[in-house]
Formats: sequence, structure tokens, C-alpha cells
Amino acid sequence: MSRSKLSDYVLEESNESVYIRETYGKTLVELGKEYPNLVVLDADLTVSTKTNLFGKEFPDRFFTMGVSEQDMMATAAGFALCGKIPFASTFAVFATGRAWEHVRQSIAFPNLNVKIVSTHAGVTVGEDGATHQALEDIALMRVLPNMTVIVPADSVETEKVIRTVIEHKGPAYVRLARAKFPTIFKESYKFEIGKANVLREGNHVGIFTAGIMVNESLEAAKILGKEGISSSVVNVSSVKPIDVQTIVEIATKSEAVVTAEEHSIIGGLGGAVAEVLGECCPKPMKRIGMRDRFGTSGDGMKLLEFFGLKAKNIVKAVHELLEFNSNRKSVVL
Amino acid sequence: MFKKIKEISGLIDIARKVRIDILRSLHNAKSGHTGGSLSSVEILVALYFSELRHDPKNPRWEGRDRFILSKGHGVPALYSVLANAGYFPREELMTLRKPGSRLQGHPEYDLDIGIEATTGSLGHGLSVANGMALSARMDKKDVRVYALLSDGELQEGATWEAITTSSHRKIDNLCAIVDRNRFQNDGAMDKIKDIEPVPDKWRAFGWEVENLPDGNNLPSILTALVKAKQTKGKPFAIIANTIKGKGVSIFENKGNYHGVAPNDEELKVALIELGEAA
Repeated sequence: MSRSKLSDYVLEESNESVYIRETYGKTLVELGKEYPNLVVLDADLTVSTKTNLFGKEFPDRFFTMGVSEQDMMATAAGFALCGKIPFASTFAVFATGRAWEHVRQSIAFPNLNVKIVSTHAGVTVGEDGATHQALEDIALMRVLPNMTVIVPADSVETEKVIRTVIEHKGPAYVRLARAKFPTIFKESYKFEIGKANVLREGNHVGIFTAGIMVNESLEAAKILGKEGISSSVVNVSSVKPIDVQTIVEIATKSEAVVTAEEHSIIGGLGGAVAEVLGECCPKPMKRIGMRDRFGTSGDGMKLLEFFGLKAKNIVKAVHELLEFNSNRKSVVL
Repeated sequence: MFKKIKEISGLIDIARKVRIDILRSLHNAKSGHTGGSLSSVEILVALYFSELRHDPKNPRWEGRDRFILSKGHGVPALYSVLANAGYFPREELMTLRKPGSRLQGHPEYDLDIGIEATTGSLGHGLSVANGMALSARMDKKDVRVYALLSDGELQEGATWEAITTSSHRKIDNLCAIVDRNRFQNDGAMDKIKDIEPVPDKWRAFGWEVENLPDGNNLPSILTALVKAKQTKGKPFAIIANTIKGKGVSIFENKGNYHGVAPNDEELKVALIELGEAA
């Protein structure tokens, strides 16, 4: 094994897979008891997003908006202007795409306390196909001033994220998925807005990742370790604000960096990390993600394989980068 | 609480002063929306000087009624009304559209000056108003919410999403007012994209509707606002058939003054017409 070290809040082996959207729904029910000013809005996808769990417990604070995402976002703004904490949920492609301008003008610009929690982001949506697979939502939300953007990696982190964003003042976008996510964190895991967590610390390579790709990155680190390549795996769940310090620290001691996300390589986590390192610590880099293309129908988990979003693809990228580095060195010498 | 003006003559005089302030601030800014500001004057004066429960000295008072200017481009009229009501000094109107001013080209949420929401992109304001009205209902607060829409805004699909939400949820602490001045940026609405029959459309969407043949007539606006308050179980819409550029002959019913400010000569003519020596 490599000499890289696993943080103590990470499980040695990932545990049972859980629907993180179900964790979201259950957490909303708990928060509903604690926060009388919490209201939930949904645009005709209550069973899929699991906001229906909140609706059953708190029908008077649950607003089914029908197939009207723009109306939902601006209505949520109205609630926030009167001191409520609205959570607005629908699929990621509609929350960020269809309603983008309503989010920009009525939520982000006036810096209102609206929490947009989307589900069904990424290709793991599966059979519904490319129309429903948001691959640009992180980019669309990240570009908005005042907006916080969070991509949880498992059920444990999802609960902590939801409990954190309700206390955060201002707009936040939380990206969840349809598929079951393997559980990788112990309860002792801590989430903080603006803080990246170093799950495994090594010396040769830095892997920056978020969402379902965190598990793939940890797998990749194991494979690399067996080959004698020591890698760091950093969970950048807080895509915005991004933890510049941690990213630069890890990159500085690495020969090369890889980003891994279930999103377009343009404008998402890969783009965000490239922006940080381009300014602060340029390194040979590869971005694993959707390569400027739309998705397709198919089994969600198999689509990760189909689009090259697996541990082995991260390993291959690391190999290519290290080879590139050794070639470069020989040229310089 | 703001002391209401009871006599129509008093309101008419305020409308005249507001028009003068609108034109001076637009002229000073050298850009902005003249026609749609002038068409809304009586509606805004009726709201802020007679109908709304509000307090310019305590703009964060929780029990205040809310007003959302969904047609945000008409904000010179709202700024002038707010200044005349005492939210901020009238001199500040001369900062309209300047960098760092609180009086931006389109309204930005700022309770200090009485702006309840950021608007200007059409098709947002009625949804925001719905959220406010629902929030008040949830809290069992006697708060009424008013939204002023443009007629061009009825071409936005999102407006109809909001119209449906209001009626589905029977939001009766809400009153929508349409400034039906029949012109949009590109010209006469019936040439660009006709939206008639406006009152019938709102009725078909489940609203109680009052169609005002003269939407610049203060007594009829006030009567309609009373009706709105008395209507229970349904949202209430006032379709105010106004005159674009109302009050100044050279701007009245002229499509080309939608987004154009008065020049020196036009301001002079306008001020004389409004009984203010230039």
C-alpha cells in the first residue's frame, strides 16, 4: 500500500448505498420541528425529490407549485422577504436551467435566504436520458454572486449540509442525485461551508473531487497506492466558496492534479480548481467529467462507466500525468 | 403610520408634483422610461397616499402592507412617490441612474428607501407578491400585498404561472394592478403581439376583475381598491386602462417615449404644461 493516510472520519470500506435525496427529505422533517419558519416548495416532483416527506408532516408549510419552476423560485423569494426560510426543490436541470433568470434576479442579486436543493443531477439519472441529466448546473449556479454551491458526497454529508445551509444567511444551491450513493463517512465527519476536506493525504498526486466521484476517487487512490503512487483525495463539496488554501496546499506538494466530477469539465469543479491553481499554483492537470457533451439513456451506474467516470479513468489520468511529468523533466534536463 | 390624504384634490396635486419630479429626474439622468412612469402615477399615488398601511419613518414595520413594482422599468414614478411620501429627500431623485445611488435604473431591494423587492426583469413580481401574501396568511397577519404589472409583462409566460398560483391558493390578501397603457418597447402592443381580451383572460384564470376604463382617474382607482379589499376567497385584479405618457401632451400615447428621457426642450414644455415654471 501507499504511504498516504486516510482521515479518521472516512470509513475504510464504503458502506451500504443510500438515496441521498431520501436523507434530504428526512432531514427536512427533522428541521421542520426545529424551525417554525421553514417552508418547502416543489414543482411537481415531490415524490422524486422526497419533499413529500415534509409535506405529510407539515402540510401548512408545504407548497406544491405545479410545473412552474420560475414561479416557484420567485415565490420562494417572496417568502424569504417576509422572514421565512424557503427550500425550493425540483430536478437540477429545471432548478438551475429553466429558472436560472428567476434565481439570478429575484434570489441571488438581492441576496435572499432561499435554499435551492435539486435532485437528479448528473448522468446517474439514468434511463430518463440527456434532457433530464443536468451536467451544467454547478457552472450555472457558481457564476452567480452571493450564491453558495454545495455538492455532498454521501448520506452522512447530505444531512450535515442541509443542517448547515439552513443556518447560513443567504442563497445556497445544494446538488443531489437520483442514484444511491455509497456511504463513505463516519458520523464524526464535519462539513463546513468554504472548507475542503482532505480524506486521504499523500505526496505524488492530488485528486480534487465532489459528489458520487468522491467514492471513485478513494477507490482510485487505493489502486494507485498498490502501484506505489501516493495520492491525496480532497472532497471539495463546497464548490463555492472554494477552499483556496487547502487546494493550494495539496497541489503544492503534488506533482500533478486530477479533478473528478459528474458534471461538464467546463465550469464545474474542474473549472473552479483550474481557476484557483492557474492563479496560485499551476500544475499539470487533468479533468475527469463530461467532456463537453450531453448524456444518454441507460442504467445510471453503468453510465458512469460508459462516460469514463470510474476509478480506473482517474488512475489512467494519473498515469498519463506522471508520464508527462517524467518526459518533461527529461526534456528540461 | 402614514397620514392618508382624504380629499381627491389633494391627491391630484400630489400626482402633479410626482410627474414634475419624474420628468426632472429622468431629464437629469438622460435616460429611462418616461411613458410607463407617467402612466402609473395615479395608481401609485392612490396606493401610497390613501390605500397602503405604511410608515416612511419605519420602513421595516412588520405590519406594513407590501407593494411590488413588477414593472420595474417604471421606477422613476415609484421613487418620486416614495420621496414625496417622506422615505428619502426629494433632492436624492437627482441621483437617479448614477453609480452607487440608491435609485438604480431598475429597483433594487432596499427597505431604507421603501423598495420591497428587486424587479425589472418582467414576469417575477407577481410570484414574489404571492410568496409575501402566503407568508402573511401563514402567520395570520393582516397584511395586504399589491403588485403593479405592465401590460407588456402579460406576454411573459411566467406571469401566467403566478396568476395561476394566486387563484389556486385563493390568495385574497393580494391585489394585482395592470398598467394597461397599450404600448411596449417596440411599439403598439396590438401590432407587436396582441394580448386581448385582458380582463377575460384574468377572469378565466379565476380572478375577480375590475376593468377601469380610465386608469388615470383617482376616484375610480380608489373605489376599485376598496372592492379589492372586500373581495374574499379570490385574488383581485384591477385592469387600469391608462394613457402612456399621461399628463404631458407631447408624450401621450407615443410609443417612442417608452425608454427615452425628456431632453431640455421637452422638459421645458412639460413643466409649463404641468403648471410649473421652467
